[in-house]
Amino acid sequence: MHIMEGFLPVAHAAGWTLASAPFLAWGLISLRRRLREQPEQRMLLGVAAAFAFILSALKLPSVTGSSSHPTGVGLGAVLFGPLAMVPVGFVILLFQALLLAHGGLTTLGANLFSLGIVGPFVAAGVFRALRGLGASLALGVFLAAALGDLATYLTTSVQLAWAFPDPVGGFAASFAKFAGIFALTQVPLAIVEGLLTVAIFNGLARFNGEELRRLKLLPGQEARA
Amino acid sequence: MKRTFWIFPVIFLCVALPLWLVPAPPEGEEAFSGADGKAESAITDIAPDYTPWFSPLLEPAGGEVESLLFALQAALGAGVIGYWLGVSVTREKQRRERQSASREGPGGDAD
Repeated sequence: MHIMEGFLPVAHAAGWTLASAPFLAWGLISLRRRLREQPEQRMLLGVAAAFAFILSALKLPSVTGSSSHPTGVGLGAVLFGPLAMVPVGFVILLFQALLLAHGGLTTLGANLFSLGIVGPFVAAGVFRALRGLGASLALGVFLAAALGDLATYLTTSVQLAWAFPDPVGGFAASFAKFAGIFALTQVPLAIVEGLLTVAIFNGLARFNGEELRRLKLLPGQEARA
Repeated sequence: MKRTFWIFPVIFLCVALPLWLVPAPPEGEEAFSGADGKAESAITDIAPDYTPWFSPLLEPAGGEVESLLFALQAALGAGVIGYWLGVSVTREKQRRERQSASREGPGGDAD
């Protein structure tokens, strides 16, 4: 999902940066308030951030013959809500842009929008909707993480199709092309991300049940996904 | 945790199966190249005269250094998860020991 450095026209790069900035500021404020009010959540937040760090570094082969990486932001979005993951996504993308020449500073806004904003918001929304419909915790966590992952890659496809519409087919043809590269490759990886997220969530439910109950993710009595 | 055990073989299959299922790419092309790079060449297909207007400040000095940095990123994350797991297991063990000690009653020898 990394749009390479310099590969968005100036207007688009500036626009996505402006779009992402308020979310980043809002995310930082809410994160700081959360840690001040509930410092015992530090460990859980560390786990969520670390999970995103690992997953976004793993490039996995996919059935389309190309490789891509999961995002790992779904876990934190389910635990703390989507805003908490905006700063986490920002740190990951900045690390990769500065040291790895993966993504870039000019495309940081656009990449943050797909990985740090759309992904977590979709994940949190899917989780809340499924739990509201009475789905099990495991199914909710799985689909939240998997669909959040896919949403990130679809967003990247939209961003690129918008910036580079096909001369003949326009936005739609261009979107089909980029989605064919990103979203299709991502399907098996999204499933992997969903399964890994369920696995670590079960670990959290076992070891940090008290914290999860306080986050209203587990019912009052001992329960497991 | 018992119920999650089946997850890991499934993950392994998801990652390993493409290595068998996908036919070898034509001569000269890298197998399982990154989707980011493919998107980059799709951009040059759609807009041949687009020139990137900014280049990375720092490029990793070759593929080996790049994989070192990716491994470092994953290791940082894995370190934190490992710390959490260690703390959690110890905490649970201590809780269980405390419970069994209190069950033996104040008269019992807890040691």
